Amino acid sequence: MSGQTRLTVIVTEVVAVNSLIKRFRFVREDGGLMPGFSGGAHTVVEMDDNGTRRLNAYSLMSDPADTSGYEISVRRDDTGRGGSLFMHNGVKPGMKMVISQPVNLFGLDLRAKKHLMIAGGIGITPFIAQMAQLDSLGHRFELHYAMRDRELGAYMKELSARHGERVHAYYDLEKQAIDLANLLKIQPLGTHLYVCGPKGMINWVLSTAKAMGWPKGALHSEEFLAPPVGEAFKVELSRSKITVEVGPTQSMLEALEAAGVDAPYLCRGGACGQCECRVTASDGEILHYDHWLSDEQKAAKTHIMPCVSRFKGERLVIEL
Amino acid sequence: MSLDDAFKDPFFRDESFFGDFSYKNSPHAVNRFPFPFPEDDYMYSVNMEPHVKGRPGSIFEHYFDVDEHYVSEMRDRARVLEQDPLRCQSLPHMTLAGWDLLELIMEKFAEEYPQWFALTKDSNRWHWINRPLGIDQKFTFLDESTLPMGPFEYITRQAQGDFTLQDQREDNLWIEAGMVTSQADWSLDFDIGMNFHEWHAPVPLAHQMGIFDRALKFLLALQHGAPVRRFNWTMTVDPLLDTSPENYHKWGPTKTTLTPENIGKRQHLRVELQTLIRLPRSNAICFPIRCYLISMDDLVTRPKWARRFHRVIKTVPDELATYKGFIRNKPMILDYLSKFDDGAPTSPGWWPED
Amino acid sequence: MSQTQADEVMKSRPLYGTLTPKQGSSHFIVADGEGGDAVAALLNAAPDMKPLAHIVYIPGANGTDLTALLEGLGARVFHPAPSYASASQRIRKVLGDAHMGLQLYVAGTEGLIGQVQRDAIAAGLPHDALTTEQRGSKARRVQCVHCKGITENVTLDPFVCSHCGLNLFVRDHYSRRLAAFQGVCIDAEDPGEVPPSEERFK
Repeated sequence: MSGQTRLTVIVTEVVAVNSLIKRFRFVREDGGLMPGFSGGAHTVVEMDDNGTRRLNAYSLMSDPADTSGYEISVRRDDTGRGGSLFMHNGVKPGMKMVISQPVNLFGLDLRAKKHLMIAGGIGITPFIAQMAQLDSLGHRFELHYAMRDRELGAYMKELSARHGERVHAYYDLEKQAIDLANLLKIQPLGTHLYVCGPKGMINWVLSTAKAMGWPKGALHSEEFLAPPVGEAFKVELSRSKITVEVGPTQSMLEALEAAGVDAPYLCRGGACGQCECRVTASDGEILHYDHWLSDEQKAAKTHIMPCVSRFKGERLVIEL
Repeated sequence: MSLDDAFKDPFFRDESFFGDFSYKNSPHAVNRFPFPFPEDDYMYSVNMEPHVKGRPGSIFEHYFDVDEHYVSEMRDRARVLEQDPLRCQSLPHMTLAGWDLLELIMEKFAEEYPQWFALTKDSNRWHWINRPLGIDQKFTFLDESTLPMGPFEYITRQAQGDFTLQDQREDNLWIEAGMVTSQADWSLDFDIGMNFHEWHAPVPLAHQMGIFDRALKFLLALQHGAPVRRFNWTMTVDPLLDTSPENYHKWGPTKTTLTPENIGKRQHLRVELQTLIRLPRSNAICFPIRCYLISMDDLVTRPKWARRFHRVIKTVPDELATYKGFIRNKPMILDYLSKFDDGAPTSPGWWPED
Repeated sequence: MSQTQADEVMKSRPLYGTLTPKQGSSHFIVADGEGGDAVAALLNAAPDMKPLAHIVYIPGANGTDLTALLEGLGARVFHPAPSYASASQRIRKVLGDAHMGLQLYVAGTEGLIGQVQRDAIAAGLPHDALTTEQRGSKARRVQCVHCKGITENVTLDPFVCSHCGLNLFVRDHYSRRLAAFQGVCIDAEDPGEVPPSEERFK
């Protein structure tokens, strides 16, 4: 990424929304306005976690029309690699950070006659921005938001106040569940369906919709994969002619960047395809974690997505 | 519209792009002409580079180049739109992208050419002044009812070059708005609504070369804040901006009227500076296609360009010369140019004096 | 403007498949001419669809009329129509009232498929959500790029625009929005020099 695709910002607010979620607000260091953005966009936050450089993507949840600052929410993952823990424990108001310009891999289809949104847990964040944008454009939308309990139902109050009957909450602990089949049955032709949340929920919603005859072009989903932890391994780069060591809590992409290799990326979560690398030799097993490569490509061991995927074996050579 | 009726900056030429074709490049404009060939032969390539500021005085000095033809070009656009309103269309879901473009052009113009343009903002209440065109407009940003026409048409009537807006969805780009009055023979009315491969369908050879697959993958990842640019080129008889398929039966016959005596004056190299810009609120991609015209007489005043252009035309495959519409006059063009090619080597890059 | 090679196939040209049953809450089926045979094959292969099926059938411009065959299939609704123009209001109303889960099938000439696809897009369906099958005449719907008039059932190339009278050659370039191929003046540069017409689209 070139310099203009990054923004130097100051953290102005850190708010504990509940026991698991903190909200962060960023404004520009130079006092200028943020670029506008489109609902569904994310930003990549750069972290210096005690010498380890981490770049995590978080959906922008503030109103896209508010160019005075950006807001994200981070759910703490106590068993993850440390990015969310760093955000929760290490980021304080007044800190300077670097974030990317907005990138949208979960855009609204503004041709839709109606937007039907289904959120699970922290998957609510892109919808908060999208609903603000749709509201100002005068489009029809409806949100169905499932979460564990009222305490974790972050933002439900604000959303109800802002959007009234258009938002519906479901609390797992109160045995409430989205009546998906009936919901999908009554949608007018031209409705687009958006889902963001845990993998299981995304699969359930998409497979139900497909089985009920919803066309692929009307279905949208976003799931950010956190790069999984694993065993350390080495990767040889055929063009740069160097070998890079990937640590157990580091992704291959992060290791390449730490070694000074300028590798392309956008989502860092196995979805966008930008970091795809050709594999020229592989003596071992590629652990594919992305949802970009086809099953054939994965089986053929010809490509790897360094943002999330790992390797186990003797020797891996990629074209970079 | 009362502002500065008397405003006249002699920088802007009073000229025509039809009828008597009084269009002409000043010596300054010839010198900064974007000659698009960095080498002595030509073949398709994705050839994209970051759209960053370039040499002072060059067409890359500013984000958008406003040059001596600005006022006359905008007058020509208004004339074409009056004859054929279908040259500007925006599908309903592209209005937000139109606002994005309006904001970008107004901000860049006001920042880079304060002697001509001014933009003041009080929240969403904006005040726009375009002195060369005599426009003084107060309006509410994102409220269409406060402008005399849609935001996309409003602003592209005030900016040189054609513009298209591409919506991004289903891992593709969809051309769904356009202001097209200075086009190299393609029809917005026909192409609007197509995806990336579909609207490039008529281009020969490049599909098989995988050019469009690579270009699309690159563009889908185009980031806000990092625009890119490339050149394209063709040949046009007379300085006619509006070489539309709609009017092809009217301008096509002029190709038969070239003679060895008039070819230097009438045959023009037509260069398109194509920029690709990610727009913020809509996530659409804006594609300005800026057309620069130069007569062969003016072009050969730069010895390096004269030599190289002769060699490029000589090596262009016939399919391409046919697609670009100059196969009929290729021998006459080569004849003319050969007189300026002494066989001496040319330096790399396209700057005339390097 | 380049001349089109007779065998040129452009990336904008639509591709068609075969009518196969899809899962859905209702089935809206539009066909013309020989497309009726594809509809019969579809419903005979999947008789479960019949109680949920609504068929609109238009006899072909070439005289092919399978009305009796389709009427006998046992669809919940069968509507014979003399032309697309006479059926278009009905098609738009059915689509406008429909819910997600409706499946749309079109069989027959490219002109019909393109026009129903356009109605479907206007109703909010993705352009590739239709199931289509080309049957019968390959005659084309062509828009004159000069006067914008559309000439139906073009079989000859070049042909004379039925609106402005220019001599047009038929490009393979196809507009989904117009549901038409592009016709461009063939003798613009040499008025009057028109090659003999060939029957290219039977």
